[in-house]
Amino acid sequence: MSFGLKVLVVDDDPAIRRFLRTILEAAAMKVADAASAGEALRLIAAERPEVVILDLGLPDEDGQAVIGRIKAASPAAILVLSARESAGEKVTALNAGADDYVTKPFDTDELLARIRTAARHRLQEQGVRASLRVGDIEVDLLAHEVRRDGAAVRLTPKEFALFAELAKHPGRVLTHGQLLRSVWGPAHEQDLEYLRVTVRALRRKLEVSPSRPTLIVNEPGVGYRLSASP
Amino acid sequence: MNDADLDDGRPSPEALLAQARREGRGKLKVFLGAAPGVGKTYEMLSDAHERRQGGADVVIGLVETHRRRETEALTRGLEIFPRKVVPYGGRLLTELDLDAVLARRPALVLIDELAHTNAPGSRHPKRYQDIEEVLDAGIDVFTTVNVQHLESLSDIVASFTRVRVRETVPDRILEEADAIEIVDVTPDELIERLKAGKIYVPDEATRALGHFFSKANLSALRELALRRAAQTVDRQVLEEVRAQALAGPWASGERVTVAIDDHPGGPDVIRAAKRLADGLSAPWTALHVETARDRRLTPAERERLSRHLRLASELGATVMTAPATTVARGILDHTRATRSTQIVVGKAKRSRLFELLRGSVVDTLVRRSEGAAVHVVSLEQAAQEGGPEGLSKLPSAAAVGRPAEHVAALTLVAGTTGAAHLLARALDVGNVSLLYLLPVVLVASRFGIAPAIVAAAASALAYNFFFLPPLYTFTIRDPENVLTFLILLLVGIVTAQLVARVRVQADLAADRARQNATLAGFSRTLNRATDTASLAWATCREAAGALDAQAVVLLPRDGELALAASHPPHDQLSLIDRAAADWAFTNARPAGQGADTFPGADWLFLPLRADNGALGVLGLGSPDGRAVTRADQQALVDAIVDQASVALDRLRLTEEMTAVAALQARDRARGALLSSVGHDLRTPLATVTGSIAELKRRLAVGEDGAGLLAGLENEAQRVDRLITNLLDMSRLEAGAMPVKPEPVDLVDAFASAEADLARQLGGRTVVRDVPDDLPLARLDPTLFHHCLLNLLDNAAKHADPSGPIEMRARRCTDGGLAVAVRDCGPGLPPEVAGRLLDTFALGEGSDRGKAGSGLGLAIIKGFADAMGLAVAVEPGGDGLPGTAVVLRIPPALVLPLAAASAEAAAEAA
Repeated sequence: MSFGLKVLVVDDDPAIRRFLRTILEAAAMKVADAASAGEALRLIAAERPEVVILDLGLPDEDGQAVIGRIKAASPAAILVLSARESAGEKVTALNAGADDYVTKPFDTDELLARIRTAARHRLQEQGVRASLRVGDIEVDLLAHEVRRDGAAVRLTPKEFALFAELAKHPGRVLTHGQLLRSVWGPAHEQDLEYLRVTVRALRRKLEVSPSRPTLIVNEPGVGYRLSASP
Repeated sequence: MNDADLDDGRPSPEALLAQARREGRGKLKVFLGAAPGVGKTYEMLSDAHERRQGGADVVIGLVETHRRRETEALTRGLEIFPRKVVPYGGRLLTELDLDAVLARRPALVLIDELAHTNAPGSRHPKRYQDIEEVLDAGIDVFTTVNVQHLESLSDIVASFTRVRVRETVPDRILEEADAIEIVDVTPDELIERLKAGKIYVPDEATRALGHFFSKANLSALRELALRRAAQTVDRQVLEEVRAQALAGPWASGERVTVAIDDHPGGPDVIRAAKRLADGLSAPWTALHVETARDRRLTPAERERLSRHLRLASELGATVMTAPATTVARGILDHTRATRSTQIVVGKAKRSRLFELLRGSVVDTLVRRSEGAAVHVVSLEQAAQEGGPEGLSKLPSAAAVGRPAEHVAALTLVAGTTGAAHLLARALDVGNVSLLYLLPVVLVASRFGIAPAIVAAAASALAYNFFFLPPLYTFTIRDPENVLTFLILLLVGIVTAQLVARVRVQADLAADRARQNATLAGFSRTLNRATDTASLAWATCREAAGALDAQAVVLLPRDGELALAASHPPHDQLSLIDRAAADWAFTNARPAGQGADTFPGADWLFLPLRADNGALGVLGLGSPDGRAVTRADQQALVDAIVDQASVALDRLRLTEEMTAVAALQARDRARGALLSSVGHDLRTPLATVTGSIAELKRRLAVGEDGAGLLAGLENEAQRVDRLITNLLDMSRLEAGAMPVKPEPVDLVDAFASAEADLARQLGGRTVVRDVPDDLPLARLDPTLFHHCLLNLLDNAAKHADPSGPIEMRARRCTDGGLAVAVRDCGPGLPPEVAGRLLDTFALGEGSDRGKAGSGLGLAIIKGFADAMGLAVAVEPGGDGLPGTAVVLRIPPALVLPLAAASAEAAAEAA
């Protein structure tokens, strides 16, 4: 699936550009790189990459603003790769339209997995499917049913809505705000307690060990992610 | 005070203030007697024993038993302070050891004889001042006093006992006492006791006291004592009522004003006013009207005037000074402004002629005071003390005028005579007498009244000698001309007086203007001062110039007062002056010459006050040892002190703000640097760690090579943790860390922490133990996450490499939560464990222990503090090995889970 994936690396540090080119090409991806936001936008228009790996600390423009401009110019998935690790930066980037956020230093394998997830997600967005599969859990969006190893799991409507939302974007972080908005409505965007309580209920029904969750993964201060490979 | 307070039913602010003042102060109980020997000390000691049996810490500060056996017996069983021995005039006097009492801090101290005068050189001249300081320190006091020692009653007592009491106590001491106990025996019994020798009386006083102890006197004294106590109780009840704004019998809108001057009989007038005000339960004002006469007062008169003003203030009056052209006008203006209903004035016996010429203050007051009652105290008796004022006193130098001025006056008259002679000859002017008014007016306006009168007399004589026939004799032939001569003399004198008075008014106005200009200039100079040193110099220079005195300013430096400036230059203060300055600074009250405290000092020290105490001290001294400040300068001194205080406060605030701003700027700069370096380090570090991982995968290296690579990877990860911690530390050090709490599920927090630290943990087992139904907690997710990372990291460093790490969350009995991370390492000795966090939180010892543990612990402590969590280091506990670091989440931060579940479920339904 990742074969021939076109990736644009945007970072002003030549060493990390060289390193990323090495590992991405080893994973059979086509790599272009840019050292500034201006150059990146030119290359996006010319090369039409499927994934953009974006550093937030660019010399000519703030990375957070660049996310919006890339979104406007291209359907490419955006993966932020930054040394900034505050929850606030992450939420801002994700809300601005970034697909994922990885902090430096990073684990190479994890980065590759995140790139593939982001790319897959872009491809899937085109059509709505009736059912999704995450590990041994199957979600039937039309029948509002969740099956684990073929056996139906009884979920309340909110639990189902939340799990479906996570399952539509496997491997991708959804911020607290995004989840609360789509499941409880805009009026409850701040009611984080609802989300915590419902996640806990879901874990009790779906996780192998609810106190050591591996399916619904927490990003402290940012949101939740449905693990692509639990 | 007035009816308005009653109407709106609100507590009177004065009464509330008085109550507030009493809080935190020790309680004073006064044992009041009518005469010596009634048994006050005995009663006080009995009471003290009761208190002691009740468990109170009772100490005898000073008790005079007068060798009465029963009394002496009662002192046994109580701790007695040794007295301070003060050598004076070849004798050894013993006094209360005030400092010992303040240092010992008993609950209750017994100090006999409230009215006692301390030996010269003591801190306070009077014992009641010692007692006030003890009360201020929060220590209760029992004391005794006889009624004739009360300031406002001393003259009444003297009027029938013929014994003038020298040692007096301000009435307010009694009025502010929390309890008064009357020690009362009948006069007959007291006389019996005297006869039986039970009352110790020194030989030399036996006769006087024999007279004193007459039955009539004792009855009168007894009545006074009872009435006084009743009055005080009455007043306290009234104050209570006012503080609670209960409806009650109210004092009417009466207000008493007493006029004060330097007349020796002044104290009698003041006491009369005090009694009147007390009787009416009215506030009273002591008013000194400043007229032209004030400029001519001798130092002795000034001193007396200050004494009178002080006495009035001691007795509870509001003291005011107001300038006016005449005393009567000043009193009337004040009466009208303050709506006084009672005016008290003293009246010296003066001749009818004097009053006819100068007018009588009393007459004017009676004629023109609208609606106010005028009380006149006759001052005949007091005149014996210092001679009647105003009439028989020797005219002062200023009033007589200098010889040169008289010579000038005579020269002018001579010149006028010459000119008149020429005019009479040349123009044949018949009457030149009017010409002589010229020198009189000139001299009066220039030199004042005395030379002008000389000029008037000389003019009359010269006119007679040169122009009235027979010429060149002093005889006058024509009866008509006798009249001309007399009229000239009279007109001359009247003109001289009129002109001179105008001049005095102008001088007075000029004086005021000069004072105002001085103050304005002073305030400008002060406002220009940009640091405390130059401000201190400016204050000294201006105060010295304006008051014609020496001035020093002392400011606190390194915890003690130091000389900051002086004018004229002065570098050493005597020991007693130092003590006075220190006292004035600590107590924010004046001390030194002319003040109540350390009156024996050469200098007067005035505190430069801000809202929260003294900022420094202004010292005033005079080179020739005269009084430092005169009564008429008081307003100027106050104004200078006020302005200097305000300026000093302003500077202090500015300096503090500048210092804080500089500190903040430096912190910000350092924080920004750390943060930028931290972030810049991360990108190359990402390349390093990534490359190592890639190398490990691609290259087939030997066992040695693999070991080296693993080492590299470990070190790179450590650098990563260090950078994270450095960044966290820089956030902590920037102070005021923003904490954004949100509901956190500890299950999530534990999982994220372990996942993020997976590489550092290697293959180590982490046991997670969180109950299913644990409530959520309001925590900052990032700060808490970093706390857990550091806890795990620390545990990994200290644990046995193969041993497990345990993360546990538990509900506490108080409704809070406890999060513990325990390693299974060798553990720490309890005393080290207890101190561990403090040491690292203080930034000490950060290079001790395993690499980087200091920074980690400091961050745990700092972040936990910011979120409101407590941190403790505990040995494993429950017989378990290792060390546990425990974060305690207080109940206030725990969210009731049931409510949240219900709401989320309700939404779901």
